[in-house]
Amino acid sequence: MSDAHSSPYLHHHFDTLEQQRQASSLGMWVFIAQEIMFFGGLFLAYTYYRALYPEAFAVGSSLLSLGWGGFNTVVLICSSLTVALSVHAAQVGNKNGIMRYIVATMFLGVIFLGVKYIEYHAKFDHNLVPGRNFQFEPHDAHAHTAPVEFELPALVASAQAQVPQMAMPAMDGEALHAEEEHGELSFDPRHLQIFFSLYFAMTGMHALHMIIGIGLMFWLLRLAGTNRFAPEYYTPVELFGLYWHFVDIIWIFLFPLLYLI
Amino acid sequence: MTDPSVDTVAEAIPAESAPLINHHISPVTLYYKIFGLLMILTVITVAIARVDLGFMNIVMAVTIATLKATVVALFFMHLKYSAKVTWVAAAAGAIWLCVMLALTLADVLSRTWIPTPEAWL
Amino acid sequence: MSDSDASSPSAAPARNYLNFATTAKSWLLTLDHKRIGLLYLISIAFFFLVGGFGASLVRLELLTPDGNLLSAESYNKMFTMHGVIMIFFFLIPAGPGVLGNFVLPLMIGAKDVAFPRLNLASWYVYMTGASFGVAALILGGVDTGWTFYTPYSSTYANSQVILTGLGAFIAGFASILTGLNFIVTIHKLRAPGLSWFRMPLFVWAMYATSIVVMLGTPVIAITLVLILLERGLGLAIFDPALGGDPVLFQHLFWFYSHPAVYIMILPGFGIISELISCFSRKRIFGYGFVAFSSMAIALIGFFVWGHHMFVSSQSVYAGLIFSFLSFLIAVPTAVKIFNWTATLYKGAIVFRTPMIYALGFLGLFLIGGLTGLFLSSMGLDVHLHDTYFVVAHFHYVMVGGMVMAFLGGLHFWWPKMTGRMYFQGWAIVTAIVIFVGFNLTFFPQFLLGYLGMPRRYHVYPSEFQILHVLSSAGASILGGGFLMLYIYLPLSLFIGRKAPRNPWPATGLEWEVAESPPSPHNFETTPVVTEEAYNYAHKDHAFFEQDIVDILPEEDENV
Ligand code: HEM
Ligand SMILES: [Cu+2]
Repeated sequence: MSDAHSSPYLHHHFDTLEQQRQASSLGMWVFIAQEIMFFGGLFLAYTYYRALYPEAFAVGSSLLSLGWGGFNTVVLICSSLTVALSVHAAQVGNKNGIMRYIVATMFLGVIFLGVKYIEYHAKFDHNLVPGRNFQFEPHDAHAHTAPVEFELPALVASAQAQVPQMAMPAMDGEALHAEEEHGELSFDPRHLQIFFSLYFAMTGMHALHMIIGIGLMFWLLRLAGTNRFAPEYYTPVELFGLYWHFVDIIWIFLFPLLYLI
Repeated sequence: MTDPSVDTVAEAIPAESAPLINHHISPVTLYYKIFGLLMILTVITVAIARVDLGFMNIVMAVTIATLKATVVALFFMHLKYSAKVTWVAAAAGAIWLCVMLALTLADVLSRTWIPTPEAWL
Repeated sequence: MSDSDASSPSAAPARNYLNFATTAKSWLLTLDHKRIGLLYLISIAFFFLVGGFGASLVRLELLTPDGNLLSAESYNKMFTMHGVIMIFFFLIPAGPGVLGNFVLPLMIGAKDVAFPRLNLASWYVYMTGASFGVAALILGGVDTGWTFYTPYSSTYANSQVILTGLGAFIAGFASILTGLNFIVTIHKLRAPGLSWFRMPLFVWAMYATSIVVMLGTPVIAITLVLILLERGLGLAIFDPALGGDPVLFQHLFWFYSHPAVYIMILPGFGIISELISCFSRKRIFGYGFVAFSSMAIALIGFFVWGHHMFVSSQSVYAGLIFSFLSFLIAVPTAVKIFNWTATLYKGAIVFRTPMIYALGFLGLFLIGGLTGLFLSSMGLDVHLHDTYFVVAHFHYVMVGGMVMAFLGGLHFWWPKMTGRMYFQGWAIVTAIVIFVGFNLTFFPQFLLGYLGMPRRYHVYPSEFQILHVLSSAGASILGGGFLMLYIYLPLSLFIGRKAPRNPWPATGLEWEVAESPPSPHNFETTPVVTEEAYNYAHKDHAFFEQDIVDILPEEDENV
């Protein structure tokens, strides 16, 4: 038949390279649909609790660093551009282009993760990691100048002292009426733990995807370095591009939902 | 998905006549333009968040994010030039997520419609 | 029987997918969908035994009103182990992993699935997940129920929640890999001429199943991750003491787990369509309706999950919506039942083992589905929720429905998979024993539940004893029936008669073109499809190979 059959890139169970390429691409898109639902569970939890506890979420959001979050958003968009360019380089058969842009993407990915490390570290310093040592100090919310829709009470030492350390679940119904105890706060500080739990779960899952992506890029570099790509076969680069753009899209939603409310 | 002719290449195009690769290549300038658009949208979304619009804040934020995501999918991910079935796959994820959110919110938001009897409190 | 051997084109021991390489490595590293299907078969057969062991202890304990065999804790661990293993490690992989893997590429005239390496990975991922489940069992078991409800699972349970959760999480990715493979395979690898509406209905059913797998499974995956994060790292997601809402967990869980019941049953629907058509010697009645009802079920199946939460403090308004939508899903399900029945009407029905299972399926699934409607009626469910009525309902659909369909399909394709016929007499007796045992086990449970017997209790008021004893008696018959499968099916590998290419003159590429067992790459040349599925009108059905076995069972050693 046609010379497509003798292509070294063709697996035995496909008839043509084009059929094989379309199969891979469809497979990746189906995988992405699956990923949407995977993160979707997190977005559902977020929406659910935000509907229940809007004030706590607004305060929690104000405790995040808008500067770092915005910076990372820019970094990720840049990395999407570099990935798109590396796929383009693969399409036109520019091996050095592929490698150059992949390295740039890796670099940007590492910067993103570095910033995430700084942010996580700050949360640990301020006892904002859910669990035994979680502690909310209202003046932290002031230290950041992000907009808060309502007035936080002025620094009231007593309120601060009263914030309970909710490590062990208190089962008495009394605990559910915490607002009475903390008359000065317009929200229940325990709900902040939920916000921060979601923050860590969502950004952590996103970061995990980026780490996997960076691992994949090493593999791509090796393939490109050994001249495994050609204009008629560059599926790994293309699929990786889809994956990386998807991870970028997740962040596009995470950024406003977590940092900007 | 019901159109039998769209997606079985092996069947639609005889192998001999198929071009080796019939793949759309976008010009590099398009990528830079999209990049610029994404940056502008990012600035807008941060700016809008600084204005107190009440309920509209979250609506604006999600709308702009959706817009950005659509642009990334259409151009960076080449969805615009892809087969119909690819569109279906991409849409399925988004639609199903909306179904999950909508039906769950139907529960959360209507829970208080019936007031809790005082004696239960 | 030499004459039948002569009638098949290759009389000499041809090179096939079983004999072309026989080393352990050739099995463990195989990329062949057929071998992977067999690997899955062996694995789920093992887990069916383990899960069945848990069920036996549960039924033994329930013989008497007092808890004199198991403590409350070990009873909880037993039914949890039974549920987790049967659902995540047996029934979910049974349809796609075994029969789907083996038959689907053959049916569509493909050399393999689209991504053979992912397919092999799927089996390894499944085995890894299942090993976690087994490890949890050995290290003390888990007592949350297969539903992992929070905050019990996330905060209070003192058992192996993390290991079990990880096991289910990992096994979920095995389903995802299989589902992804099937979707792409069906889209891209159909043989020339095999348009969508010429596909066998089993392929449609697997397509619908795969869609549900791809859109549902990731949600349970992330839900389990959240439980693990809460339990392991102390994040606060579901903890009511911090304002967390257990109802959120139920939404997440059932968003997957209701569709998951369709992951389990849809392959069964596909199998039944094949069996009813073949053994009625008739084209299926209303092909398009049956095909589309699978798609409709896959779609609507995602809209009804709240019917598990009527009494969970979910809003009654949401409950109303979910109740209504649950009634809606009965429509495409009923369409299938009607079409199968209409196919039987004036068909030339041939009672072979697969057909016996198929007919059993029709009756049992009907009962299971109708009682589902009872449960979807919000008011009635307040009474029936968490009683044995629910237990009976889901066993009627999962065992009476899917396990019957799976066994029917297994017997149907057994000659193709192994190249050997099983023993007709044994098989029919077994099918009848299973049918009788099943009804005796689970019908009393409807009565128990209606009378108020709650599920998941190891002690009960003595007035329930008579029904429980009946149920346990039925369970021992049912167990005996299942054990017979473990005897005669493996035996048939050694002394079963050699299977011809098409022992029940059936339509479909897997019967008409591929050999029994098929060659390593399925087809020597890519087949071309020129007609619709189930064209039994043009089939010579005078001669059924197995009739020979019926007449001369002693011929078995002849091979
Ligand atoms: C006509 C379609 C069906 C309807 C309307 C239906 C309805 C229901 C309802 C309302 C419940 C909840 C009862 C309660 O907990 O109070 C339920 C439970 C259940 N159903 Fe169905 N069902 C249908 C088909 C199926 C099928 C096909 C399967 C599996 C193959 C299935 C498996 C289950 C399981 C496993 C449970 C119990 C879950 C648990 O609480 O552990 N159902 N069903
Ligand atoms: Cu359900």
